[in-house]
Amino acid sequence: MATKIKPEELLQTINLKPKFKNWMDVPVEFRKGTFNYAGSEEALIYLDQPNPRKWQTTDPDWKLPENWKEIILEGLRERLEKFRSLKIFMDICVRCGACADKCHFFLGSGDPKNMPVLRAELLRSVYRREFTTAGKIMGRMVGARDLTFDVLREWFYYFYQCTQCRRCSVFCPYGIDTAEITFLTRELMNLIGVNIDWIMTPVKNSYRTGNHLGIQPHGMKDSLEMATADIEEITGIHIDIPLNKKGAEVLFVTPSADFFGTPHYYTFLGYVMLFHEIGLDYTFSTYASEGGNFGSFVSHELMKRLNNKIYAEAKRLKVKWILGGECGHMWRVIHQYMDTMNGPADFLEVPRSPITGTVFENAKSTKMVHICEFTADLIYHGKIKLDPSRNDHWHATFHDSCNPSRGMGLIEEPRYIIKNVMRNFTEMPDNTIREQTFCCGSGAGLGTDENFEMRMRGGFPRANAAKYVKDKYGVNICLCICAIDKANLPHLFEFWAPGLEVGGVHEMVGNALVMSGEKPRETDLRFQPLINQEV
Amino acid sequence: MGLGISFIYFAIILFLAWIAGVLPFLKVFFTTVIPYVALVVFIVGVIARIIRWGRSPVPFRITTTCGQEKSLPWIRQNKLDNPSSWLGTLGRMLLEILFFRSLFRNTQAEFRGDRLVYSVDKWLWFFSLAFHWSFLIIFLRHFRFFTEPIPSFVTFLQNIDGFFQVGLPIIYITNILIVAGLLYLFLRRIFDSKVRIVSLPSDYFPLLLILGIAATGILMRYFFKTDLVAVKEFTVAILSFQSVSGDLINKLSPLFVIHFTFVCTLLIYFPMSKLMHLGGVFLSPTRNLANNNRMKRHINPWNYDVPVHTYEEYEDEFRDKMKAAGIPVEKEV
Repeated sequence: MATKIKPEELLQTINLKPKFKNWMDVPVEFRKGTFNYAGSEEALIYLDQPNPRKWQTTDPDWKLPENWKEIILEGLRERLEKFRSLKIFMDICVRCGACADKCHFFLGSGDPKNMPVLRAELLRSVYRREFTTAGKIMGRMVGARDLTFDVLREWFYYFYQCTQCRRCSVFCPYGIDTAEITFLTRELMNLIGVNIDWIMTPVKNSYRTGNHLGIQPHGMKDSLEMATADIEEITGIHIDIPLNKKGAEVLFVTPSADFFGTPHYYTFLGYVMLFHEIGLDYTFSTYASEGGNFGSFVSHELMKRLNNKIYAEAKRLKVKWILGGECGHMWRVIHQYMDTMNGPADFLEVPRSPITGTVFENAKSTKMVHICEFTADLIYHGKIKLDPSRNDHWHATFHDSCNPSRGMGLIEEPRYIIKNVMRNFTEMPDNTIREQTFCCGSGAGLGTDENFEMRMRGGFPRANAAKYVKDKYGVNICLCICAIDKANLPHLFEFWAPGLEVGGVHEMVGNALVMSGEKPRETDLRFQPLINQEV
Repeated sequence: MGLGISFIYFAIILFLAWIAGVLPFLKVFFTTVIPYVALVVFIVGVIARIIRWGRSPVPFRITTTCGQEKSLPWIRQNKLDNPSSWLGTLGRMLLEILFFRSLFRNTQAEFRGDRLVYSVDKWLWFFSLAFHWSFLIIFLRHFRFFTEPIPSFVTFLQNIDGFFQVGLPIIYITNILIVAGLLYLFLRRIFDSKVRIVSLPSDYFPLLLILGIAATGILMRYFFKTDLVAVKEFTVAILSFQSVSGDLINKLSPLFVIHFTFVCTLLIYFPMSKLMHLGGVFLSPTRNLANNNRMKRHINPWNYDVPVHTYEEYEDEFRDKMKAAGIPVEKEV
């Protein structure tokens, strides 16, 4: 851990009524614990990305190409022509400030440059200078400024302090989407090789091995075998998990952390048990072993390059449709980008649940269904037997993950499942859930150790709401449907709300699922003893 | 930043308009040349800006969803905050444009001890809505100065607007609301440090300008009576491209010239400023697109092929390991 700041100390530093200062005169300071390390040379070379070199964000010289300003400005011009969103978002903000206190990074830091409006102004000021007449002539008087190395450093610092969660966009009267601005500014910086390693190395891994963690095929096989053994121990049932199976009906794609991560792995057990119990003809793939897409944190092109494998593998394996696991940004990419970038998926069929016969009309073009939609449908039709009392040792709350809620609208499905598989469930306060949910603070590639303090700050509003239901109602687990949440929330809660566990929705499904031929369960999927069981 | 500069700009325009009201040759220029310049700049500028926006495509459907999606038939979709049809999208846009739906969600975050709480904050929504609607109604009411005969909707609006009649002349509710709205928006920029930090001259200036228009209008209506017959004759002539006699111009009061000059300034300023949010809000891709992404393929006109790591390349690298682990392969060697 980079810093050992204590929660109380951190709280003391937050002032939500920042003193007035002309923001252009406040230099950016790379404070230890609040920024990420630079992208590795090796990853950039493998991916054929611009300006691979050895450098560090704290270096005085970033070893930029000589004409880096031209590259960025030309890149900006090109993107203005390609994205109406960017043009509109540059032009119409009235700086009403409705977004200001909606950003988790502002709420956790009090730094005015973390107000979405000001984050956007960091880019907008350069846009005005270069692309508007008033800005060219009047400069600072109209909020325009030249692109300089200091501006670039400021961009780097603050555009890697945005998790592209889109909460501000919900409140903006014009729907200005900071995620879009952050995405495109990161893309601009990537043109000159300015990026972070926690994004670029996973992108490289995912490009090469099919997943961010760099798990090779035999490693994945090991993980599946471990799952088989664990499930056998818990339920007494032996499950074979299909891998790269040609002609299966369904290809199942999930974030790779599910195969190894804690607590992701328990959710993974939940999926596999469910598929076995309903007799689904499905397969995992080693090539498409990642649903997540770190490319979507840095450039549209890298996003497309990584996403390509999902349809390609579906085609190779000759499946009928695709099912996707619990993940946040993965679903933004699948829902809003995949079909457009790598479609049409005309070689697949409109998804139809072989168990209930439900045709997923809402996925008829993309042909990919969210596991929560799939499971909710199973439960609704009474196709699985559930014993919610097996989750009685848990009192859950549900954290809506940013992308499924604000980039999709998957809100009721997970709740419906949770209410059917467990008996103790309490919502967090209204302004912190559903479309107003708060990011965990580590999305969009920011979940590094070196960035620890900023993550704890960014995650503060989420943790604060979770702590509230923990203290008041005795909630002891926060469920979520995002792999980055599952990776980060345990650290976040350890810091702000110790004692609160983190789990996935399908972990709870796995606990409650009554499987034919199973032995009486003594433990849950974490090998923790059950309570209230008549054994 | 920029409060002082905005005041200076505003004062310069006020001064010029005042001089014009008393110096005859300037008065002719300000009343017969400037209005046409203003109209041309406004119309051409707005159209040019919208075309400029329209020229860029919308490569991805990036709707911000603010409610339950359409998925399983038994789950109730939030058709207005997360529309999947054109009708729902139209409804969402209407709510946004006519009633500022998103601003209505506004909350204010503050600490209560160690707890972060979000209280309802509708003031920004209320005063913004009051300002915009009042501006629109006042603009429409002004048609009685532009047209002969006066359209019936104008009389209708006047009657409603003056419903709470207190003596004569009728006090229009919108006159009060527009000033209240503008003052709120202006003072908020100064006293809310968050908003003050982000405010630019281009944020204060239009507020001052519109406040100037409203103030001069109210002064003319309630305090310094102006020759309305002359004003109407003048505006009708201007708008029908007829020449205006020196006699008529003489009858226009200095206060009217200031009011009129402010309006012309607003028209000229409009297309090059953030006031274009009026047009932009219609084109915002996070709001004006249905969330039917997985139902209907969205086409990106500049979609291009990218290098990909094919399965064949993947298998070539890992074939031995795959075979050793018993994972099926395409090629044995």
